[in-house]
Amino acid sequence: MAMPIFSPGNDPGSSLPELLRRIGMDPFASPGTLDADHGLDIPHATTCVAIKYSDGVVMGGDRRATSGNLIAHRFMEKVVEADRYSGVAIAGAAGPAMEMIKLFQLQLEHYEKVEGQCLSLEGKANQLSGMVRSNLPAAMQGMVVVPIFAGYDQLRRTGRLWTFDVTGGRYEEREYVATGSGSLHAGTVIKVQFSTDLGRDDAINLVCRSLWEAADADSATGGPDTLRAIYPVVAVIDSLGYQRVDDLDLKARYETIAAQSNR
Amino acid sequence: MTTPFYVPPEQMMKDRADFARKGIARGRALVALVYDDGIALVAENPSNNLRKVSEIYDRIAFAGVGRFNEFDTLRVAGVRAADVKGYQYSRDDVDARGLANQYGQILGQIFTHEMKPMEVEILVAEVGTDPSGNRIFHILYDGTVIDEPGFCVLGGDIERINAAMSTAFTDGLTLADAIGVAITALAGPDRQIPATEVEAAVLSRSNGRRCFRRLGDDEVAALVARPV
Repeated sequence: MAMPIFSPGNDPGSSLPELLRRIGMDPFASPGTLDADHGLDIPHATTCVAIKYSDGVVMGGDRRATSGNLIAHRFMEKVVEADRYSGVAIAGAAGPAMEMIKLFQLQLEHYEKVEGQCLSLEGKANQLSGMVRSNLPAAMQGMVVVPIFAGYDQLRRTGRLWTFDVTGGRYEEREYVATGSGSLHAGTVIKVQFSTDLGRDDAINLVCRSLWEAADADSATGGPDTLRAIYPVVAVIDSLGYQRVDDLDLKARYETIAAQSNR
Repeated sequence: MTTPFYVPPEQMMKDRADFARKGIARGRALVALVYDDGIALVAENPSNNLRKVSEIYDRIAFAGVGRFNEFDTLRVAGVRAADVKGYQYSRDDVDARGLANQYGQILGQIFTHEMKPMEVEILVAEVGTDPSGNRIFHILYDGTVIDEPGFCVLGGDIERINAAMSTAFTDGLTLADAIGVAITALAGPDRQIPATEVEAAVLSRSNGRRCFRRLGDDEVAALVARPV
């Protein structure tokens, strides 16, 4: 493939999706006449949450993907690092969701390299909103992708989070968001226990607890699996950047939760 | 109607090459060299915003001397080519050799077919997972691609700096020594380059997935002030 060079009037600038379109690799090309609502079981990713705490945000997501009534994957990672100061969590059709995450991560890095500086946090949220909107034709055929975007805003020195709808609608939330099939249960747990002065440790506990309750009531959400040592993905994003909470830490937290639930 | 003068092709190529060389020699030089943890890129650059050295991909850096707008166009094209290839295939499939050849083709094409050759010399460096995997490609204004082992000098006063580097460069330099060697070679015997006019970056094996790291002003100042 030849190196992509454009005339000044035709330059795609720092946008990777636009560049891909120009060279005939449109990432959001129509998937044809696939109708996922009727007869075709594609894997779906489920519950993800994000909450704001005093120094940043905590994100969490279970590891299960389901295809109809079957468990399609046990190790799926729905919460991923978008770049150093932000993360994205995705619920919905797993294939397009993972593709969107990949494109989003690449776009943030591409912008940073072309422009020589990072996008602002709001700029990143806006980019993701455009990608969700571009996925609308696929969503109309049942392949809905609904992300959560959260990160640490270095200009305002605070954590911020956004939720999206299928049309690319972008809504900034002040306290917490939950998405996916178990979001009602996870969201309720957070709603009851949330306070604006949560510390880091309490925030991680609350995320773990909300996923626990979602897994307890929603068959499509996976709980902690001690036999296979699979725990949800939980990540903290603060002024030090994106840090994933390690499995040993989560194991201890879930043992505490399990002990409390057995009383 | 006047008949155009016949210009022999040798003369035409020579004129173009002289023109490009003159443009490049006006600018300040740049040195890339291998050190124990990767590749260091050091440039004399009075601007703190118009960068000569930048990141292309996980293990690949770009550096250019000459006309800024021309090598910056090449830099962006390289970022695009690398990102598209990584998106289409895998991150592991993006390598410096492929990029260097593509640059060579573009520069060669422009040198022979356009009104004016590009007044640039560029460099594509890739840090390997072990020292034997390091690659430094030097690409000239006419598309010539040179594979440089150890170190590479771009820009004006190239002969003197090359001579200085040949004597000072050894395998297994530490980062501080490598930057020191490069700055001394760039400055020459009777000149000091102030730290504010040094642009330095590394492709460091120990920097995680993205090996490229720009050295901050403080870091450079500490290295420049260090007694050799």
